[in-house]
Amino acid sequence: MPSFVILEKCDGCKGQDKTACMYICPNDLMVLDKEKMKAFNRAPEMCWECYNCIKICPQQAMDVRSYADFVPMGASVVPLRGSEDIMWTVKFRNGTLKRFKFPIRTTPEGKAEPLAGFPTGSDDIKSNVLCTEPASSGAAAIPTLK
Amino acid sequence: MPNFETEVVETDLLIVGGGMSACGATFEAAYWAKKNGLKVVVVDKAAMDRSGAVAMGLSAINQYIGWAAGDNTLEDYVKYVRQDLMGVSREDLVYDIARHVDSSVHLFDKWGLPIWKDANGKYVHEGRWQIMINGESYKVIVAEAAKNALATLGDQGQLLERIFIVEPLMDGDRVAGAVGFSVREDKFYVFKAKATIAVMGGAVHVFRPRSVGEGLGRAWYPPWNSGSTAYFTIKAGAEMTCQEVRFIPVRFKDGYGPVGAWFLLFKSRATNAMGEEYMVTRADELPKWAPYGMGKPIPANLRNWLGMEDVMAGKGPIYMRTEEALANIVSEYKDDPKAFKRKMKEVESEAWEDFLDMTISQALLWAGMNIQPEEKPSEIAAAEPYFIGSHSGASGAWVCGPADVMPAEYRKQWEPIGVYNHMTTVKGLFTAGDGSGASSHKFSSGSHAEGRIAAKGAIAFILDNNTMPKVDMGAVEELKKKILAPMDLYEQHVKYSSDPDINPAYIKPKMFMFRLQKIMDEYCGGVSSQFTTNKSLLERGLELLVMLKEDSEKLAAADLHELLRVWENTHRMWIAESHLRHVLFREESRWPGYYFRADFPDMDEVNWKCFVNSVYDPKTDQWTMKKVPIVNLPV
Repeated sequence: MPSFVILEKCDGCKGQDKTACMYICPNDLMVLDKEKMKAFNRAPEMCWECYNCIKICPQQAMDVRSYADFVPMGASVVPLRGSEDIMWTVKFRNGTLKRFKFPIRTTPEGKAEPLAGFPTGSDDIKSNVLCTEPASSGAAAIPTLK
Repeated sequence: MPNFETEVVETDLLIVGGGMSACGATFEAAYWAKKNGLKVVVVDKAAMDRSGAVAMGLSAINQYIGWAAGDNTLEDYVKYVRQDLMGVSREDLVYDIARHVDSSVHLFDKWGLPIWKDANGKYVHEGRWQIMINGESYKVIVAEAAKNALATLGDQGQLLERIFIVEPLMDGDRVAGAVGFSVREDKFYVFKAKATIAVMGGAVHVFRPRSVGEGLGRAWYPPWNSGSTAYFTIKAGAEMTCQEVRFIPVRFKDGYGPVGAWFLLFKSRATNAMGEEYMVTRADELPKWAPYGMGKPIPANLRNWLGMEDVMAGKGPIYMRTEEALANIVSEYKDDPKAFKRKMKEVESEAWEDFLDMTISQALLWAGMNIQPEEKPSEIAAAEPYFIGSHSGASGAWVCGPADVMPAEYRKQWEPIGVYNHMTTVKGLFTAGDGSGASSHKFSSGSHAEGRIAAKGAIAFILDNNTMPKVDMGAVEELKKKILAPMDLYEQHVKYSSDPDINPAYIKPKMFMFRLQKIMDEYCGGVSSQFTTNKSLLERGLELLVMLKEDSEKLAAADLHELLRVWENTHRMWIAESHLRHVLFREESRWPGYYFRADFPDMDEVNWKCFVNSVYDPKTDQWTMKKVPIVNLPV
C-alpha cells in the first residue's frame, strides 16, 4: 500500500491551497479533507509506493504499510531525506534493524545550471549539434557515418 | 454540460509530458527558442519534479557509450540493439541517440547527480553500457535543470502542471495543438501550437497485473503510464511501428526490484528449484532463434523464454542466487576477517541501495520476508506485459531520423512533409522516449537525449512553418462536450441506484480498466495464458474490444480525479487495440519471451524480418497494416 496518513501528525499543511503530498503524488492520489484538515490516499491500490509523499511531508505524517496481499506484516522502511543525502531505516519482520545513508546530490538545491558552462558549437538549427555540444560530449565534433 | 471555463493558451512549441524525454525537450527547446524569440509551453498531468518513470529514482543509468574516450563505439551500440531486438530496429535512430546520450549524462553529472567514479575519476560500470549512480534525486535534478532553462525565457516559457491532455487538435494534416482539462479545478484547456512534442511515456495496466488486490499498483513500470503518447499519435493519424513489441521484464518476484545489478555487477546466477541454470541446461533451444539466439549478449526476450520454459516444466521457483554471488565477491578477503567484514558491509549496502533508490517496495518485501541477500536466494519471475519503447520493448510512432544518417528508403516518406528529426508522419507532431518506436535501449539517459533531438527538430520545423495552424473552435466545443460528458452522465443517473458504482446506465473507469485487462490477459497473451495466443483468440479478443469501445461512451466520472481515470483508461484501450492488431498481423513468433503465437511457433526470417507498421485513419475509422523493410546501417 500503500501510503497512509498518520492522523495525529497531519496538519493538512495548515489549509494552504494544496498539501505537499497532493502537490507531489505522481498518480493524483492524495486529497485533503478540508473539514478534518487531514490528507488521505484516495486509491491505495493504485499506489506505486514511490515514497515521494513521505519524503516531502513537512510533518513526517506519512508512511507506507507494504502491500497486504503479498507481504507478511511487521516490516517498515522509513526515509529521512535531507538536502545532500538520504537516511533509510529498514526494520525487518523479525525485528532486525538496518540503517543506510546515501548521497542524493552534489550541488546545492535549485542550483542546477542548465548549460553547465558548456559552449554551443553550432548555431545552425538544421545541424545535428545540440546545445552544449560538442563540448558536453567530450569530443571535438559530433560523429556521423562515413 | 458541467460549467467549465475554457482557457486558450497560444504558443509556438507545446511539450506534453514531464518525464525524462519532456525534461530533455524542455531544456533543449529553451535554448533554441530564446535564440529565435519563440514561446515554449510545457503541460504535465503531474509535478515535473517527480513525474514519469524515474519519479522514484534510479540506481543506474543504462545507456552510456563513452565514445569520446574510446570506451565503446556507436557502431557497437547499433549492433547490440539489432541483436537484442531480433534484427528489428531503426538503426539510424539508435545511432543518433547513442551519439548524443553521453552529452546528457555529462550534463547530469554537472547538474549534481552523484555518479559513481573509480580512483581515476572514470564512471563505475555495472555492465558494458550501464553506469552506477546514487539516483534517489535523479529526476528532481533533471527537472530542476529543465525548469531553470525554461525560466530563461521569462514569460515566453511556461510550465503548467496538473493538466491532463486528452486529444490532439488538427488543422488538416498538421497538428495544431491539444485539448485537456485541469485535474484540480473546473477548467478546460485549449493549446494552440505551431509544433507539438508528445512525450507522455509508455503504458501500464493494459494487461492484468500479477497482483490484483492492494498490490495492483505495484507494477514494474509506474501505473500512471497510461498509453497517452500512443493515443495522441494514433489519433493524430501518425504511422506507428512495432506496436507488437511489448516488454516483459524478469524481476524479483512481486516487488519487481531490479535484477541488473545482481546479474551484471554482482555476477549472480539464476537457477531453478533443482539448482539448474536454465541458460545452460536449455542452451540447445537457442539455435532455433538463430542468428540472434547464437549471438551475444543473448536477447532479453530469449533469456525470458528459457526461464519461462523451466516454469512451464514445473521446475520453479526460479531463484536469483544472491547468497552465492555475495559469497563469491567477499571470498578473496576470507583470510582477513576485518577486510572481509568491511567488504561484506559495502556490498550489502550497495545491494540495498539498488532497491531503495528505485523500487522501495522490494526492500519492504525483503524486510517483510526476513530476506537477507547474503543468507538466502530470492525468487525472480516474469512480470506482466508493458509498453515501453525506451527499454527492451519497441512500441511507438514511426519517426523521421537524422538527415545525415537516415537511409534514403526511410527518408522518402518525409520528403513531401519535411525532413525534421523525430517528426512523426504527421506535420508538426514530434515524439521521443517511450513515444518513438523501433529505437530501443535508450532508457532514462537516451530518452533525455532523444527529447533534446526532438526539440531541436521541432524548433527547426517552427522556423520553416511559422504560422499558427487554424483551429476550428466549433470542433473544440464538440471536443469539450465529449471530454466532459462522463461527468454529465454520472449526474444524470447516479440517483437511480443504491450504489454510485453500480448503475445500468454507466460504467466507472476502474471496472472498465479491469474489463480491458481481462480481455488482454486472456486473449492477447498475458500472464494467465503464459504469454501465449493464436489467431482465434486474438480475433475473439478483438470482438470483445469492439464492445468495450462502444461502452467507453458510457464511462462516468463523479469528480475530476475520475475524469482523469476515464481518459487514461480510454487511452489504454487504444494502445491495446493497436497492440492486438499488430500481434494478429505478424504471423510468426519472433520474441517468444514477450509473446508466443502458438499457431506460428517459429521465427520466419524470410517473410517477417521487417517492421510491422499501422495507421489509423480518424476520418474513416479504419486501420491499415503494412510490412516495412528494414534497412541496416553499414556497421
